[in-house]
Amino acid sequence: MAERILKSVSVRALKGAKRGGQYRKEAMIAYGILIAGYILLQLGAATGIIGRNLQGQFVPICVYMALAISLNLVVGISGELSLGHAGFMAAGAFTGVVVTRVLEKSLSFAPARLIIALIAAALVAALAGFIIGIPILGLRGDYLAIVTLAFGEIIRNFMNVIYFGLNEKGHLVFSFNHAIDGIEDANRVITGPIGATGTTQIATFTGAMLLTAFTLFVVLNIKNSKQGRAIMAIRDNRIAGESIGLDVKKYKLMAFVVSAALAGMAGCMFGQNYSTLAPVKFNFNTSVLILVFVVLGGIGNIWGSMIAAALLTILPEALRQFSDYRMLTYAVVLIVVMICTYNPAIKARIGAVWSKINPFRKRSKDNSGSSGKKGKEAA
Amino acid sequence: MKKTWTKALAVALSCMMAFALAACGGGSSAGDGKLHIGVIGPFTGGAALYGNAVKNGAELAVNEINAANADGLQIVMESQDDEHDAEKSVNAYNKLLDDGMQVLVGPTTSTPAAAVATECEKNQTFMLTPSGSSPDVTAEHGNVFQLCFSDPNQGIASADYMAENFADAKVGVIYKNDDNYSTGIFNKFKAEWEAKGKKVEAEETFTDGVTDFSAQLNSLKNAGVDLVFLPIYYDAASNILTQADKMGYAPKFFGCDGMDGILSMEGFDTSLAEGLMLLTPFTPYSEDAKSKAFTEAYQEAYGELPIQFAADAYDCVYAIYDAFNKAGLDPNADMAEICEALVGQFAGDFTASGITAEEMKWNEKGEVEKTPKVCEIQDGKYIEK
Repeated sequence: MAERILKSVSVRALKGAKRGGQYRKEAMIAYGILIAGYILLQLGAATGIIGRNLQGQFVPICVYMALAISLNLVVGISGELSLGHAGFMAAGAFTGVVVTRVLEKSLSFAPARLIIALIAAALVAALAGFIIGIPILGLRGDYLAIVTLAFGEIIRNFMNVIYFGLNEKGHLVFSFNHAIDGIEDANRVITGPIGATGTTQIATFTGAMLLTAFTLFVVLNIKNSKQGRAIMAIRDNRIAGESIGLDVKKYKLMAFVVSAALAGMAGCMFGQNYSTLAPVKFNFNTSVLILVFVVLGGIGNIWGSMIAAALLTILPEALRQFSDYRMLTYAVVLIVVMICTYNPAIKARIGAVWSKINPFRKRSKDNSGSSGKKGKEAA
Repeated sequence: MKKTWTKALAVALSCMMAFALAACGGGSSAGDGKLHIGVIGPFTGGAALYGNAVKNGAELAVNEINAANADGLQIVMESQDDEHDAEKSVNAYNKLLDDGMQVLVGPTTSTPAAAVATECEKNQTFMLTPSGSSPDVTAEHGNVFQLCFSDPNQGIASADYMAENFADAKVGVIYKNDDNYSTGIFNKFKAEWEAKGKKVEAEETFTDGVTDFSAQLNSLKNAGVDLVFLPIYYDAASNILTQADKMGYAPKFFGCDGMDGILSMEGFDTSLAEGLMLLTPFTPYSEDAKSKAFTEAYQEAYGELPIQFAADAYDCVYAIYDAFNKAGLDPNADMAEICEALVGQFAGDFTASGITAEEMKWNEKGEVEKTPKVCEIQDGKYIEK
C-alpha cells in the first residue's frame, strides 16, 4: 500500500513502473558501455592503434566516469545541486595515499593494498559526507549548492595544512606543522600544499574499470530500490513525500553519504595513478567539471553521464592539434553540445525562462530516443 | 527536429573522436636524422607567463643551433600545454611521446614536473627541467635534472645573504601557504634562519586569489619588521608593494626568483620596486656579452624583455645540445639510448656554461650547483650585488 502511494507521488517513478523493464534496459546500456569500452580500448592498446596519450588517460577516464555516476546520485536522483564533489574526491585520494604508503612495506601485493585503500577512502569520504550532510541537508536548492561549494573548499583547505610522514619505524606521524621532527624528505607522505609525493603508482586500467562497474552497480541498485524510489519521490514533491511519512532528511542524507563514499573511492584510484598529487587539483573547477559531466549526460541519466565524462576527458587532449585555440575550441564544442542536447531537468532548475517546456514529456523522449547513437560514440 | 540535431551532433562528435584517435596512433617521426626535443609548460592559465617564456627561450636556442649548423645536427622542437596541472602535464608528455620526442625540456612548474618525472623514469626519457624547482622533481629519479636552483637552496641562500648583510634586521615573512614553491622556500628559510639563532618576527600567509594584503602588512608593521621576505610570485608581490606604500610602511623587501617579471608587469608603478632585492640567476640588464646577445635576440623575436624562465630554457637546450655532442650520439638513436648517454654526461664531469651561470655542474641528486645572484632594483634595473 505504502509502495503504491509512493509511486503515485512520483510522476517519474510512476512512468518507470509503467515501462516495466526500464531498469534492466538502463543497466544493460550502462554495463554494455563499460564492457565494450574496456574491450575496445584494451584491443586498441595491444595492437598499438591507440597512442600513449590516450592510453595514459584510461584510468582518469574511468575515475571521472565513476565520479559522474556518483554525483548523479545526488544531482539526478536526489535532486540536490552539489558543488563540492571534488572535496570528497580529495578526502578519498589523500586517505588512499596515506594507507598505501603505510602498507607498502608490509603488504607487497599491490591489488590488496589498493582494495584496502579504497575501503578506507570510502569510509573517510563517507564520514566527511555524513558530517557535512547533517547540517546542510535541511537547506534547499541554491542554498544547498552554495554550502556544498563552501564545504568542498574547506576540505581542500584542510588538506593544505595537514602533514603526514613515516618515522624510522615505519609508523605514521601526523602534524599541523610543516616541520615534522626527524622526518626525512623521502619519508614525507603528505606535505600540506605540496600534497602527496613519491606515491607508488598502483592504479591499473582494469582496477579502475572494476571500480567504475562497482559504482555503477551501487547507484543503479539504489535507484531501483525502495529507498531509491523514496529519494526520487522526495525530489519530485517534498511536501507530498513528507505527508506520507517519508523521512526526508534520512533519505537525502543516505544519497549524499553514499555519493560521497563513492567519490572518495574514485579519488583514491585517481591518487594512485599519479606519483604526485596537490590539493589544488581538487578545487572548485574540478567540482564543476564533474557537474558538467552529469548535466551534459543528462541529469539522472546514468549512462549518459558516463559517456559525457569519457568524451569530455578525451576531448581537450584530442584537440591538442589546435594548439593555442584548444581550450577555445573545447568551450565552443561544450556550448554547442549543451544547446543541442539540453536537458529539461536542469532547465527547470535554472528558472522560469525555460520552464515552459514540459520536462517530463521531454525527458522520456530523450531516454528512449538517442540511446543507440550515444552508445556508438562511447565505443 | 531536436532529435535530428542531436543525431547530427553525435555523428560529428564520433567523427572527431575517430580523427583524434587516428592522430594519436600515427606520428612517430623519430629517426629522421634530427633530434626531437619536447617542451611542456603552462601556455594558458594563471602561470602562462612562465610557460610561454620557457617555450620562447627554448625556441630561440633551437633556431640558433639550427641556423649555426645547417649541415650538422638539426633540432626539432615540439611544445605542449599543461595548464599548470599534473594530470594534464602527464597527458602532454604522452602526447609528445606519440609525436616522437627523444629528450624533454620541462615541465615548467614544480607539481607537474614531479608527476612527469616519474613517467620519464618509467619510459627512460631524459628530462631537464628549466624551472621545476621543488626537490620532489629530481628526488629518486636518476634521469631527471634541474637547471634552476632548487627551492630549499633559495631559502638557504636568502637566509645566508640576509644574515650577512642585514644582521640586525627584524625579519618578517609573507608567503602563500597553498603553494608548493612558496611554502618550500619558506620552510627552509625559517629552519636556516632559526639555526643561526635568529627569530622570524612575524609570519603572515595568504592563499590563491587574495589581492588585499593590508592585514598582513599591518601585522608586520606592528611587529616592527624592517626586512620583509617575500618568497612569492611577482603578481601578489606587486599588490604588497603598492599597499605597503599606501599605508606608509617602507621596510626593505627581499624576494626570490618568482619576483622576476615584476618590472614588466602592466599597471604596476615600477618606482615602488626601487630598492627591492631578489635572487635571480639572470638579469636582462647584464653587461655580460652572452646575456646581452640573448636579450637582444629575444626582444627582436618576441617583443619583450626575457625573464629568467626564458634564460633557463635557453640554457637547457644548449646544455642538452652540448652533452649530446660530447657523448657523440646519433640523433636516430632511440629515446632510452639517448637518455642513458645523457645521464652519463650530466652525472659525470660534464659542465654547461650559459647565460644563467658559468660552469654549471649537477650533483648526484640531479640538482644544479650554481650560486644565485642577489640583485637590487635601482632606477628600474637589476643591479647585481
